[in-house]
Amino acid sequence: MFPASFGYVAAHSVEEAVQLLTKHGEDAKLLAGGHSLIPAMKLRLASPRTLIDLATVPGLRGVRMDGNTLAIGALTVYADVASSELVQKHLPGLVDAASVIGDVQVRNRGTIGGSIAHADPGADFPVILTALNASFVLQPRSGSRTVAADDFFIDFYTTAMAANEVLTEIRVPLPMAGSGTAYVKLPHPASGYVVVSAGALITRQPSGSCALARVALGGLGSGPVRAVATETELQGKPLTPEVIAAAAARAAEETDPEGDTYASAEYKRHVAIVYTRRAIEAAVQRASAS
Amino acid sequence: MTTDHTPTGLIGASIRRVEDPVLVAGKGCYVDDIQLPGMLYLAFLRTTYPHAKIISINTNAAKAMAGVLAVVTGEDVKQLNIPVAPMVQDQKIPPHPLLARGAVHEAGVAVAAVVAQSRALAQDAAGAIEVEYEALPSVIDAEKALEPGAPLAREELNSNICYVATKKGGDVDTAFAQAEHICRMHIASPRQVALAIEPRGIVVKPEPTGDLTVWLSTQAPHRVRGDLATALGFPEHKIRVIAPDVGGGFGSKGPLYREYVLACHLALKLGRPIKWIATRSEDFVTTIQGRDQAMTSELALKKDGTILGLKVRVVANLGAYLYSSTAGPPQRMMGMAPGSYQIQNCHVEVVAVFTNTTPTGPYRGAGRPESVLNIERLIDKAAKELGLDRLAMRRKNFIRPEQFPYKTGVGVEYDSGDYEKSLAEAMRLSDYDKLIRERDAARGRGELVGVGVSTFVEPSGGAGFESGTVRVERTGEITVLTGSSSHGQGHETSYAQVIADKMHVSMDHVAIRHGDTLAIQQGVGTFGSRSMVMGGGSMTLAAERVIQKARRIAAHLVEAAPEDMMQADGGFAVAGVPEKKVTWRQIAAAAYGGRVPPGMEPGLQETVFFDPRREAWGFGAHVAMVRIDRETGKPTIEKLVLVDDCGVIINPMIVEGQVHGGVAQGLGEALREQMLFGEEGQALTGTLMNYAVMRAGDMPHLTVGETITPNPFNPLGVKGVGEAGTNGAPPAVANAMMDALAPLGIDHIDMPYTAPKLWEAIRQAERRPAARS
Repeated sequence: MFPASFGYVAAHSVEEAVQLLTKHGEDAKLLAGGHSLIPAMKLRLASPRTLIDLATVPGLRGVRMDGNTLAIGALTVYADVASSELVQKHLPGLVDAASVIGDVQVRNRGTIGGSIAHADPGADFPVILTALNASFVLQPRSGSRTVAADDFFIDFYTTAMAANEVLTEIRVPLPMAGSGTAYVKLPHPASGYVVVSAGALITRQPSGSCALARVALGGLGSGPVRAVATETELQGKPLTPEVIAAAAARAAEETDPEGDTYASAEYKRHVAIVYTRRAIEAAVQRASAS
Repeated sequence: MTTDHTPTGLIGASIRRVEDPVLVAGKGCYVDDIQLPGMLYLAFLRTTYPHAKIISINTNAAKAMAGVLAVVTGEDVKQLNIPVAPMVQDQKIPPHPLLARGAVHEAGVAVAAVVAQSRALAQDAAGAIEVEYEALPSVIDAEKALEPGAPLAREELNSNICYVATKKGGDVDTAFAQAEHICRMHIASPRQVALAIEPRGIVVKPEPTGDLTVWLSTQAPHRVRGDLATALGFPEHKIRVIAPDVGGGFGSKGPLYREYVLACHLALKLGRPIKWIATRSEDFVTTIQGRDQAMTSELALKKDGTILGLKVRVVANLGAYLYSSTAGPPQRMMGMAPGSYQIQNCHVEVVAVFTNTTPTGPYRGAGRPESVLNIERLIDKAAKELGLDRLAMRRKNFIRPEQFPYKTGVGVEYDSGDYEKSLAEAMRLSDYDKLIRERDAARGRGELVGVGVSTFVEPSGGAGFESGTVRVERTGEITVLTGSSSHGQGHETSYAQVIADKMHVSMDHVAIRHGDTLAIQQGVGTFGSRSMVMGGGSMTLAAERVIQKARRIAAHLVEAAPEDMMQADGGFAVAGVPEKKVTWRQIAAAAYGGRVPPGMEPGLQETVFFDPRREAWGFGAHVAMVRIDRETGKPTIEKLVLVDDCGVIINPMIVEGQVHGGVAQGLGEALREQMLFGEEGQALTGTLMNYAVMRAGDMPHLTVGETITPNPFNPLGVKGVGEAGTNGAPPAVANAMMDALAPLGIDHIDMPYTAPKLWEAIRQAERRPAARS
């Protein structure tokens, strides 16, 4: 199919992008990597009148250390997230996620900011970034504000971003010493999107017990879902296989996923439990190795 | 291209495909690459209702749009239909209009068409057409369509049955009366989408002379031209069909489609060239789909595993409308039911059924995969029920090498075979005994690991004749015209190998031409693993005639006896006097220059229409080892060994490529692909976002082997191989999956074996107390 006809304008600064957004209002969409937006336009699921291209905005790419925080530019493509030495060193769970999104072409075009702002329920970054307690820097007309991942994803394709805000940066606090992170995913065999996924951040005390657990799940709701019961269950307990399994068994509590042509709701809940366990196990293993 | 191979060693050489550099450099010419001055674009408004009455169509807004030249509905072209010849006695052939008239019978049918100055405009205008429907009850599943009270898919008919065909051999009743055991099975093949990488498309140009030139993404230019002439009521000899580079077809690009006839009709009416290229979404729901057959079987056995008789009933889903090839695939069972086994008492019934779904038709294998799946699963199931070794049971019932040519219980004569040999080779290559030991060890650890085998036969060639012309040009270079037109198979390479080998020249002396009805004598096309069998066969016979004539001319030139002229590198030489040589160039100069022996016609060209009046029966043995994650149901193919026997091999690399491609589509069927329609008949898997076609990264490692049993009824000794992967691999995987699940007491699941489906079966089995491993 062909998209409905649309206008195109390149922004050269975040301020200009915000101005253009304000000017065109609801008829405009920001274009980052275009790997969600363009297909939606070709299927005419989206018909924006104007595309505001961010590719021409400098300074939104790359990964840098900012104190105890890893700051990732919103236009950093998945492949660059996965190959970043900083990310590999501090957040292997984020590498897990960035490496399994789409295919090589998608990973070389799709951007982390685009994925976050689009908030597709089948996306990977929202899940792992929720587990990692990331926050997102939004730039409205003046100044900027930061929203935590936990508060950012509202519903299907709906976020806490205002219509005239631009997402500029993803900020991930460095996990404490003794932490491990991991992400495991059951991809849909056709789309490669998440059927079910689990991201985990586990901090292990020298004694071997769990100091902190953050676990987020994908595929079970309109966006990432925190596995609160699992997190609570792990808190302060020794990270033995039995404890992990028992905690993971509670991962799908209070979730109500929808079945589809590929997987039933029951299957999704079951896999959520299995993958939660596997993600925690992998995170614990990395915590032990670090 | 030049090669290190001596000309006469070309048959059997793995020569790189000469057509590839152009294609991989993006310099090919597909239908969408054709640009003509003044060209208009066609687009369709398609229904999403599987079955509905059309109450009204409002085209006013579309007609009013600037740049729109025509908007037509079914009533405007009511005189035009898709012509379909009956394949079976008493076959029902309901009307197949180009655009829906009065009612729609499948989601995807076009209700209106627009011709406009640009593709986007045509699509916008189609979107501006308003249609009011009244939904009618629909039926999607073929077996349900046979139940009393089922909705009628085609309200013009009084039942959903298109045809019933039967084949009987031997004495089935006595066989079943004498049986010590009867194995019963119901198995269904999932519906698959052909998904050629190039969607269907046409460019049509009305010529000032009154001729019609048509560029078409087709597998069968001549056949389609005949059908197009019939459909349009336009003289066939004034139509030129060109199949330029064609990006795959897998059987789906055989027939004449509605859009093609309409494009030609509108181009003639408007006097302008028209282009239509299917979008991927359109291609999904309008191009014939494959499989979707359910088989119910009974196998009569002695306790020692001897097969006494077989009954099979096929219920085949044809979809809502018939294309020329739609009724064909289900009939395959009538020739293939016994497989590689001696089963003389055989009864096959095929019930072909209309439903409110996309029409089906040939798709890589075209009834063969269903037939192979049926008998190979049945043998495994029977062996298990009798407590026999499944390989021993196969061997006990194999048709033996000395029995060929062998007439089966369904009246088909197999040409040649050695099924034990290919099974032995597959066991050797797979290290079968080791696989079994590994499986048993894994089973001991509670893991779900299984090994499966299929030992199958597959007919190839057939479908009437194929034509080949071999022409030695004035300079001695050779042009070959073949009616078998390529859509990715490597014709330009393998055919050139054959002719260069036979005529003792290098491959760059031979040009293979195909895919243009103006250049090529009448032909049939490329499908059903027929190219080398039929196309190769016909050109080989033509080459032999050219060589005979050339030998006499050469003899005449050197004043020797024809029987003393031997073929030599680049021409002929006098026997025993190798320096007394006549080149093809010299022979051609004589042939066109009036220096032929007295009484001989000038020229050096021969055409052969080849029809061996039998198919070529290839065979093979495939071995699969699978592992199923007990926790999630996720299956992994751990080993896949494919031994195929396609007789003499012309180009081993191309054969291996054909096996790989077939296996990819076969594994798609076995593991993940299925076209699904919702309760209301809407396509649920009509995009690449939810239809899980196999991709390169999803492929397991393949081990490909071969045995060679020449075909005594073919000039080259060849059999087809293009469908070996889709025929043999899925049953091997199916048998391996069921072997893996056997400890849980699971004895049957239909393909595709997706993780959620396997998990559900495992969970239910684990809940049964007796089934713990």
